[in-house]
Amino acid sequence: MTQNVIGHAQEIDPATAAAQATAAILHDTLHGTDRGVVVDSPPGAGKSTLVVRAALELADAGRPLMIVAQTNAQVDDLVLRLAEKNPELPVGRLHSSDADPYDKALDDLPNVRKSAKAADLAQTQVVLSTAAKWAHVKVDEPWRHAIVDEAYQMRSDSLLAVAGLFERALFVGDPGQLDPFAIVGSEQWAGLSYDPSASAVSTLLAHNPDLPQHRLPVSWRLPASAAPLVSGAFYPYTPFRSGTDHGDRRLTFAVPSDGSGPDRVIDEAAESGWGLLELPARHTPRTDPEAVRAVAAVVRRLLDRGGATLSELHRSRRSTGGTPLTADRIAVGTAHRDQAAAVRAALAELGAADVTVDTANRLQGREYDVTVVLHPLSGRPDATAFHLETGRLCVLASRHRHACIMICRAGVTDLLDDYPSTEPVQLGTLVKFPDGWEANHAVLAHLAEHRVTWRP
Amino acid sequence: MSLITTLARLEAVSTGNAQPAATVRHRHLSGHPLVFVPLTTSGETGAPLGALVGTDRDAPRLLVVPQPRDRDLRFAFLAELAELVLPYLDSYTGSVEAAERTETDPETGKRVKVEVELCSDAPQLIVPGRAGIEYVRLLGRSMRFRRTAEQDPQAPYPAPPRVPLLGRWLTHFGERSRVPGSSLLLAMTDLLSRHWATGQSGIEDQHLGALLAWIDPPAGSTGAAAALLAELARDGEGQLLCPPAGPATDPAFDNKLLAPAFERYDRARTAFAEAEDGLQADDRLAILTAAEREIRALVESRTRPTWDAVWRGLDLLRGLPEGARVEERWTRDRWSFTGHRDRVLAGEPPQPRRDDAVTAAGKLATREREQARLDAQEALDDPLVMAGRRLSGEAFAGEVLDVVMACSEGKRPSPRPLVTLRTEDRPQLGERAKAYRSLGGKPQSAEFVGYEAEGVVVLRVLDKMGRGKEPEEGSVPEKGDRLVFTLFEHEQRGGARLPDPEDTPWTHGGPPGETAAVPENADPMTAEDIL
Repeated sequence: MTQNVIGHAQEIDPATAAAQATAAILHDTLHGTDRGVVVDSPPGAGKSTLVVRAALELADAGRPLMIVAQTNAQVDDLVLRLAEKNPELPVGRLHSSDADPYDKALDDLPNVRKSAKAADLAQTQVVLSTAAKWAHVKVDEPWRHAIVDEAYQMRSDSLLAVAGLFERALFVGDPGQLDPFAIVGSEQWAGLSYDPSASAVSTLLAHNPDLPQHRLPVSWRLPASAAPLVSGAFYPYTPFRSGTDHGDRRLTFAVPSDGSGPDRVIDEAAESGWGLLELPARHTPRTDPEAVRAVAAVVRRLLDRGGATLSELHRSRRSTGGTPLTADRIAVGTAHRDQAAAVRAALAELGAADVTVDTANRLQGREYDVTVVLHPLSGRPDATAFHLETGRLCVLASRHRHACIMICRAGVTDLLDDYPSTEPVQLGTLVKFPDGWEANHAVLAHLAEHRVTWRP
Repeated sequence: MSLITTLARLEAVSTGNAQPAATVRHRHLSGHPLVFVPLTTSGETGAPLGALVGTDRDAPRLLVVPQPRDRDLRFAFLAELAELVLPYLDSYTGSVEAAERTETDPETGKRVKVEVELCSDAPQLIVPGRAGIEYVRLLGRSMRFRRTAEQDPQAPYPAPPRVPLLGRWLTHFGERSRVPGSSLLLAMTDLLSRHWATGQSGIEDQHLGALLAWIDPPAGSTGAAAALLAELARDGEGQLLCPPAGPATDPAFDNKLLAPAFERYDRARTAFAEAEDGLQADDRLAILTAAEREIRALVESRTRPTWDAVWRGLDLLRGLPEGARVEERWTRDRWSFTGHRDRVLAGEPPQPRRDDAVTAAGKLATREREQARLDAQEALDDPLVMAGRRLSGEAFAGEVLDVVMACSEGKRPSPRPLVTLRTEDRPQLGERAKAYRSLGGKPQSAEFVGYEAEGVVVLRVLDKMGRGKEPEEGSVPEKGDRLVFTLFEHEQRGGARLPDPEDTPWTHGGPPGETAAVPENADPMTAEDIL
């Protein structure tokens, strides 16, 4: 083993390392003098837990707090977590005036007030809403403190609209996930520190370079089989590690393999954490029917084979049986919405309609035991910037606790070689590392070791 | 590229002719546009070589810079351009209509309606291609910070009187052209490729000659063959038969024709300057004039085909009826034009080199909203565009099989009829997805309830049925109706309210401070500026 080259910090056990990082973040947030604190968090490193803890401590300290998240689902999730940790805390959920603006589960929480008007929530200690809703709020006196969640997915212009509402803020997010995007060209502002289409954090740091920046060092979600690959491919300069070790997590199936491609790749993934089901090379439309059927077949077999997951959580509860791998613990990820729709239709035909199928954008921040991914470059004749975007592959390859199975047409490595990144260089912009081309190669090289070829 | 565009391009390849990509015209065309065909000097950014300008297709004005590296001649060109373009713009500033606009009252901070002027029509600039739009922007940038002798008597090289003003207008046109769906400044290649799909790539479509060849080939030829000729055919002297639409010129033209002509002109000019007596000067002036005329003829020979092509493109586009919502978008252009007219009249300084944080965010928000609006409106105006959205699962058309009345629960029950619709499209309907149809030009929303059978969709209609218990007449679909529902919204919501630039928050660098209050100076002189 190469333990001694890994370095000093790694020798502390993961739980202690994570606790130290959290303590430093909370100290800067509660007692620091800077107006902002930035926290980078790799996938599954306890970002939400940190947000909830910081919120509770700020509330305890009697500081009025606003929380900005990016989607309604994220806001509702945070409200539920806050109420779970401290049911007594008066929480305000600011929502839009659309129909069904929030999760109905919030109605069961006695201390959560919901309103479309910020003035109605003045009595609550913590008010949560989306950035889009906050942008319409007007206040005479700003909040003492704010927490901005998923700050790397927030656009700079969106921060501009809400930054006047708070005095100081904790910005939390994952730099490796998808960058925010604009539906029109924004090259005109590339290189400006406040480029409105850039991420909120890049603008914030460009104007306030001395803000304290922290990093959560341990992923509790990703298994030991996945953390090194994801860390190396997507976070080359800010490595992290898994909170669990090889053997801590197990995925088993009661029904043995029938020798088909889907079953073989499932076994490979159960064993190693990764599986690549490679279909014959071919240029296809986005909703490649064969690949879509292969995705559906793998999901169907995952459900039919009586899977069970065993993890460190069971050990601590001293249970031995493991948890059945059910439809709600499986997700399918795609690059495009029409691909997701096609997979949903295919799954409905196989009677597995309750498995989550979504695009990378919408899977951000979510966690499953097993993910099945339709590779963004599968069957494509070209590799555009969209398909090469590092964040897209990173999201798709880092949603799982146990195993990730990729479905892909052969020939993607050649495709990558034919299409090196040719994005124009913009003066004054920060070059993001790694580029999508390199990250894609790193992931494919690793997946090649877990390849099952199959001709449906 | 959407699936339907790919299919249209494949069809164009297999038939050899461009295929319609729209059944109506999606951009406003002025009855009296100003066409501008500029040429630039290779190797030197923003040094115009000449242009054809005008509103009369039979009588363009030819402007030429016989020695583009001479800054006096360049200024003379710009001054001449200003004398042609500014009167055209001015002809639209006078005729106004009364309109209302919501503004924030500076004292109460409330949103109030104020009566303002809106120009009843606006000018329209047409250039051959996208590079032409860039060139308009570049000319605007190079002129708007210049100072005239009147503005700054100390300026070492004062600009001719109206040049800075032209720079501000061209900058405004260039900036406006970045707003999706706007029509103040249009590129002919963009216009044509919006309405026809050719069998070549998008980059090849930027060659105006080839694009027109695909759409309207000469008799007896296919579009594909004519396009190839337009791109490659050269005469005996190696010159392209269809010169590039500019502003860049063909290197063969630069090297073989233009460079020698410049050289003759330079020699004649030196000789003229060195003339020792009146008689000699007269002779040499004649040589100089001849040399200049030669360059003018060269520039005209390279701009005139493009000029004619632009007008041919306009003819083709005018053959399409205007889309129903184009007028509404043109009104926004009129607002934009009126707004800049007012800023110029109010004596505001020229547009800054760089947008501040608030302006940049505001522009991006506007453009994103306009893009969404354009996408929705083009589909609603044009069944062929809607077909593309249907093909991609973002809309569906079908026949109403059944309508069942139902009511919402609650204290005041409102009608929520259930509409069953048979469709052959395959929309991407998720759980409780919203769908919209156009009811008298306004969107009516419905909610996806479920599939009754394959291809049979059940929707619950949610609004636009009046306030009563019974829906208003004509507000609920009826059995047998053919309807189109879209999964995208028809109208765009207003964006977030941004702070005033003086209140720029600390995350974005804080308020601009006093430096921003001083108008920017013209670019400092460099050694390269003086010949």
